[in-house]
Amino acid sequence: MWTKLTAMNIVTVRRIAQIFFFALFVWFCVVTSVGDRWWQLRGWPVNWLLQLDPLVAFGTLLTTKTVYAGLLWALATVVLTILLGRFFCGWVCPFGAVHQFIGWLGRRRKKHAVRVAMNQYHNGQAIKYYILIAMLAAASGGLLAEVLRWPREKPVMGLVVLAASLILTLWFATRKVVSGWKKTAEWFMGLLFIGTALGFLVRPEVIVASSLQTGLLDPIPLIHRSMNLVILTAFDGLATGSRFYMAAWSIAAVFLAALLLNLWMPRFYCRFVCPLGALFGVLVHWTPWRIGKRQGECSGCELCENNCEGACDPFGKIHPHECLLCMNCLRACRQAQMTYGPRRSAAGEVPSPGLTRRGFLTAAASGLAAVPAVRLAGLLNQNWNPGVVRPPGALAEEDFLQRCIKCGQCMRVCPTNVIQPATLEAGWEGLWSPILNFRVGTSGCQLNCIACGNVCPTAAIRPLSLDEKLGRSEFEERGPFRMGTAFMDRGRCLPWAMDKPCIVCQENCPVSPKAIYVREEFQAVRDGARTITAAAADRLTLDGAALRPGTLGTGDYFVRLENAAAGERRLIADNSGQDLKVAGSWPAVPAAGSRIFIEVRLQKPYIDPARCTGCGVCEHECPVSGLRAIRVSAENESRNKRHSLMARA
Amino acid sequence: MRAAKAGAAIVAAGGVGLWLHDRKGPSANTVSETVSLPDFSLPPAGPKMSIVTGADRVKTVNRALAALGGIGRFIKSGDRVVLKVNAAFASPPALSATSHPDLVAEVTRLCLRAGAASVIVTDNPINDPQSCFSLTGIAKAAESAGAKIALPTRSSFKPTTLADATLIKDWPLLIEPFHGVTKLIGLAPVKDHNRSGASLTMKNWYGLLGGRRNVFHQDIHTIIFELARLVRPTLVILDGTTTMLTNGPTGGSLDDLKATNTMVASTDAVAADAFGATLLGKTAASLPFIGKAAAAGLGIADFESLNPLRDHVD
Repeated sequence: MWTKLTAMNIVTVRRIAQIFFFALFVWFCVVTSVGDRWWQLRGWPVNWLLQLDPLVAFGTLLTTKTVYAGLLWALATVVLTILLGRFFCGWVCPFGAVHQFIGWLGRRRKKHAVRVAMNQYHNGQAIKYYILIAMLAAASGGLLAEVLRWPREKPVMGLVVLAASLILTLWFATRKVVSGWKKTAEWFMGLLFIGTALGFLVRPEVIVASSLQTGLLDPIPLIHRSMNLVILTAFDGLATGSRFYMAAWSIAAVFLAALLLNLWMPRFYCRFVCPLGALFGVLVHWTPWRIGKRQGECSGCELCENNCEGACDPFGKIHPHECLLCMNCLRACRQAQMTYGPRRSAAGEVPSPGLTRRGFLTAAASGLAAVPAVRLAGLLNQNWNPGVVRPPGALAEEDFLQRCIKCGQCMRVCPTNVIQPATLEAGWEGLWSPILNFRVGTSGCQLNCIACGNVCPTAAIRPLSLDEKLGRSEFEERGPFRMGTAFMDRGRCLPWAMDKPCIVCQENCPVSPKAIYVREEFQAVRDGARTITAAAADRLTLDGAALRPGTLGTGDYFVRLENAAAGERRLIADNSGQDLKVAGSWPAVPAAGSRIFIEVRLQKPYIDPARCTGCGVCEHECPVSGLRAIRVSAENESRNKRHSLMARA
Repeated sequence: MRAAKAGAAIVAAGGVGLWLHDRKGPSANTVSETVSLPDFSLPPAGPKMSIVTGADRVKTVNRALAALGGIGRFIKSGDRVVLKVNAAFASPPALSATSHPDLVAEVTRLCLRAGAASVIVTDNPINDPQSCFSLTGIAKAAESAGAKIALPTRSSFKPTTLADATLIKDWPLLIEPFHGVTKLIGLAPVKDHNRSGASLTMKNWYGLLGGRRNVFHQDIHTIIFELARLVRPTLVILDGTTTMLTNGPTGGSLDDLKATNTMVASTDAVAADAFGATLLGKTAASLPFIGKAAAAGLGIADFESLNPLRDHVD
């Protein structure tokens, strides 16, 4: 009776925990917006769930050899998982909670036998481990290159490699991965060769490199991205007009597919895809507490598998690494057969996730090879895409790609909506990573805003101070942080190409002194060379085609006598079809028959690359609303010295 | 046992996590490891400059070096020598846009005869390196004379910083060919150069820069001056047998060339360039990089004051 009661309670407690963490997650996404109201950013720990995610911490640990700031929270998750099992999946993960809910909806009216069949362990559940292995291998390339370089660069470390090869071989031998003296010796020689000689024959750092791609499928960044860029966008749209996100359609497609698959098989994503779940599956290998049966034989009702979330077969030989600790079996069993405790299940346990060595090596090799393969495109070298303008504080591209988890926090927090998820602008590696699109949103990158770098959970965008962003005080010598540079497209610019006064870009340039400056020029307008037929003190009558009345009285048009000294011109106050009304009076009324020019005063914009920060306000404001006449691209960006435009940095 | 393993895993995870914890995140500028080029110049002793006229490069260079005391004054037994040639363009030797293969071969032979352990010919050309070295005839000539060609690759460059420089800061330098090298000889043709006015021995060091070095064209005289500070050669040889007077630095037509039949050898690159200017019909004063280098004490712009040894060979 007591067990039954607590079992009932524990499912309720689990549900409360799931609802709590889901609500917390939604709340954190909602408040990830700049402002000091209680429902805005203030001091809410909006990255907390991302920080609890050990795949974020472990992935960046592999690529950067550091655990950035709050990512240390993941240690708590790791410790609890090692002790208790995959509580995160069953109790905390907001994505898991959604799957569980939709899965429940989908099987509500199904018969017991069908539900049990849906929840049988499937060999395909090993796929998520292979996904994890491939992603971690892709993240480990740089580390591998470093280790392979040791014998060449630090002979002492060569001895470490020697010792490691020996230990590894002995371990393989004791685990019976290899058997027989000859085979063991071969393995040892092979490992030794790879470990010591390879670094002399090739330059491993040129061949293998790290790329952090866990964020593509890691459920916590995935649901943040989906909530931030898809779901909340709908609500923001109602509230403030609209926010747009370039690649949101593809984010929505993945999200929707992951949700709908639950109708076919509950927790499909968790069981087959989730690399975080796979990481937990590895961590629970020695977990002391786990689900199990008291006795090998029971009545065989299989109620325990009626709602089994992890498809871990609690009725038969349980798969402990697949168990999500949903505790549904504890409640379902009418004979109180199921326990959660230190004992091994009486019906037996399947000791490992069922990976094959061949599958493991294939996944690892694929992940490792995928990075240099996609980098053959040269996007990190000569073929870099100047259209990829990253947010202020973004690290140099290669370092950036070692940290960005595509969570969309920077895009959500950006007050102007200028930070956008990339489609393939930054290559396959940069899918859903933040780039700036100055046409979208309410303005370019706001001068006095540093929200993105301060919210970024992995420091792919560094937390800049305002002083550093603006190049003030101690950063004065280095100058402002530049995201890129604005370039004039003179063929599209109104004053440059179409004789129209404009300089909206110059006016809106937010830096002081302005990065955009103008040169004044008087230009004879089309059909502006005329002959005077009659003249008065403030009026000229002209020959030729009729003028459009009123168009020359805007304050930008002047009349100049052909033979007058340069600079001597009169402002046109107004015009009719044939007459010009001139402001002020002539020293001597021009004679009929003299030639005049109708001129427009143009201020033609130029850019000072030393002052331009690439904020893109000019591009956003340019009245040439399609392909803008002034556009920012990444040349001269601070994050990569090799992209400098200027000899004197 | 299980609990012990779990405990060990927790301790390991905690240890690694705390050990690698990084509170602040990455810093703004990752200062890369920098390299510097040794000073290859010799202590001042003996004549500094010789000017020999004549149409045959092999003869004039021999005479010019003999005038300075022979190649043995500069190259000792066991020296490892870099010849920094101008191989900038993939064009045939007849167009004189690059160092002449006959001269490269002869200087290589002279160095080896003086006891040099090895001679390495290198440059970071503007066009494709492989094509440049083969089409200019430099590769074949140098190799048959016993030199090795060092073609630049991505890993040949390491960043360098010149003290108090405005331009050469954390900039990739072609350093790999200089591994273990004890002497440096610069071999430059005399060429018109639209941006700087002249491409002579100091401009020739541009070919030791990597990266997108063309940004320095915004400040060409300063970069040539800084290169002259960065690179201190044992000797420079300025080949004015043929001078490219127009359409430089690529040329492309025999009409751009004029036979000026002069070979200069000098330990003072500033003086060599000041003389080279005269072959182009210019003066040292009209080339600001010469003035900057002279003002910084890198050499003497008034080359006549060095009393250059003059000679002629038919």
